[in-house]
Amino acid sequence: MLVVACIKQVPDTTQVKIDPVTGTLIREGVPFIMNPFDTHALEEALRLKDKYGFRVAAITMGPPNSTLTLRKALSLGADEVVLLSDRAFGGADTLATSRVLAEAVKKLGEKEEVVMVICGKQTIDGDTAQVGPGIATRLRYPQLTLVDQIKSVDVNTKKMIARRKLEGHHEIVEVKLPVVITVVREINKPRYPTVPMRLSSEDMPVTTWDNKTMHLDETTIGLKGSPTRVNRIFSPERVKGEIIGDGLKNPEEAAALLANKLVERDIIHL
Amino acid sequence: MAEEKKKPKRPLGHARLILGKCIACGGRCEAECPKEAVTLNEKGEPVIDFNKCIGCRRCLKVCPASALEMFFTPEEQLVLDELAKTAAQTKTPEPAEEEGQSADVKAKLAQFKGVWVFVEQTESKAEEVSWELLGKGAELAKALNVELSTFVLGENVEALCKESFAYGAAKSYLVDDPVLKHYRTEPYYKAICELINKYKPEIVLMGATPLGRDLAGAVATDLATGLTADCTGLTIGDNRLLLQTRPAFGGNIMATIRTEENRPQMASVRPHVMPMPRKQEGATGVIIREKIAFNENDFLVKILELVDDRKGDGGMDIAGAEVLVAGGRGMLSKDNFKILQALADELGGTIAASRACVEAGWVGVEKQVGQTGKTVRPKIYFACGISGAIQHTVGMQDSELIIAINRDPGAPIFEVATYGIVGDLFKVVPAITARIKELRNQRRK
Repeated sequence: MLVVACIKQVPDTTQVKIDPVTGTLIREGVPFIMNPFDTHALEEALRLKDKYGFRVAAITMGPPNSTLTLRKALSLGADEVVLLSDRAFGGADTLATSRVLAEAVKKLGEKEEVVMVICGKQTIDGDTAQVGPGIATRLRYPQLTLVDQIKSVDVNTKKMIARRKLEGHHEIVEVKLPVVITVVREINKPRYPTVPMRLSSEDMPVTTWDNKTMHLDETTIGLKGSPTRVNRIFSPERVKGEIIGDGLKNPEEAAALLANKLVERDIIHL
Repeated sequence: MAEEKKKPKRPLGHARLILGKCIACGGRCEAECPKEAVTLNEKGEPVIDFNKCIGCRRCLKVCPASALEMFFTPEEQLVLDELAKTAAQTKTPEPAEEEGQSADVKAKLAQFKGVWVFVEQTESKAEEVSWELLGKGAELAKALNVELSTFVLGENVEALCKESFAYGAAKSYLVDDPVLKHYRTEPYYKAICELINKYKPEIVLMGATPLGRDLAGAVATDLATGLTADCTGLTIGDNRLLLQTRPAFGGNIMATIRTEENRPQMASVRPHVMPMPRKQEGATGVIIREKIAFNENDFLVKILELVDDRKGDGGMDIAGAEVLVAGGRGMLSKDNFKILQALADELGGTIAASRACVEAGWVGVEKQVGQTGKTVRPKIYFACGISGAIQHTVGMQDSELIIAINRDPGAPIFEVATYGIVGDLFKVVPAITARIKELRNQRRK
């Protein structure tokens, strides 16, 4: 039985800077990393492997240099990795991305029963949180987003109990497998690769599937299969904080001005 | 023999990258190129094969960063100059750019009319973001000259339809069913897709809450339409298109996104991004009741238990709190956290702290915000006596509103703050608490 972790290689957006003169992104020297939320997705898959003996496949859609991130997944203990890469997959929005990933899960499922697909709750470059639900909907699997704990998996009855982290409350749910889950960072603490694992992963294969392998209708993938179009990109106006009153000379007045503002803007309800 | 001068063919030029402008979007140019002239290098930037490029400009059109331009060799430039001269004499019009939607697409899109807003509810109480979206929805509906409607799902939630009229909706679609009592993705998205397929709105707005994000992704996938998450700006552009502006790359840039040929155009917006519209008590509208054939056995998710994290005070989880009053090194002692607790109590929130306070033993580790603590995103974050080192700000910078109170006007916390007060927190914080109490007392009278 197979658990599929969907991972993405992203630029470390915390290191991206904006050129103050031209207003463009400075990407020079910004490293590519495994999307931080996906490291938790992969870790959870590996924990299920340790506990229930599932095999773990890590898949990613992206340019050829994404093999770096797949190698990392191998060094952490993934049994199999697949790179989905083709000119025709490029320029995809979340709808077209979820199509290719869902088809890849189906294809993996031809050889071995898939019990779970695990994604990070969102990526740090796109921040949409849409691909996980997209994969679930396409596969017609149930979905659980924002999972912060897998309590139990019963392989005989094909049921899982998990906890979702919502605003102000948690939800404990039972779900029929196979399922797509997206995980939050609180779910686990990712492991580090051991030196022997890192060395042995060097010789493990990275499978690449292009569209000659996938046979997907080109109008449903990549740029052509993406309903959304980025029309324009621009630098955000840096909203510099507003300093209220003179708190050093007159703290009461500054405090009152702030409180009035919060009430006026409907941030604090009376 | 006078050889007739052959009219030179208009050179199309070649595409090239403008250095430093590429954002490595994932290869839109590569995907769009009909001649496979574009390949991506290690950095994800295009390398354009001069010999393969036919100058069709398609890569220029899809580049979201306007990072590509056309260039002409000196020979081509000569021909162009020549043509420009003759064009000026004979007034041959420049070749028109083919643009716009085909008649088929136009006819398809014309079937979709109206702006819809999802009323998100828990236990029959609406999330405020729904009303905020109605405020924005009213602007869009006015610009398009169409009707503004809400859709409400749940059990015993008809009152929310009426409430939505008070916030500006003219119509409200209602699916009231015991199956919908607690939110689950499957019955909700199936019901919503049925409604949308039946009534065909052109725009659908939802709150970017945990529930809204869970649901919107499923709905958009099932309808195979475009969905733009976390929009901060929504306006109507040419051809009635919704222009959806959102932050990208960790907030480093903004992108304006359009769903050109699919309907509805779906967008989500985070709470407190759009202003709350004024409530018009007594406003009426039309409720349209829809019955969906649900079969509980079809649904694969069962909710076993809901655990409220908001119970108790000291035990309140900072990650789920709506208001956090956080202290830093400037608090000076454990005892001083009382003044933060007083403000937190007044606002129904809880206290939090920077790493320094936890290490000093002033507060428990469960209250720690930052890289080694928790990441929080409350509606209001008060940073009191916190200088604002990056290790702290990564854990709270996405808070909806940040208020910094610090003695040092040069403290980096003021860079991320929405509002700041430069002053002594031991004077300012109690004064804020007192002022809110005073305003509340005035309101009661």
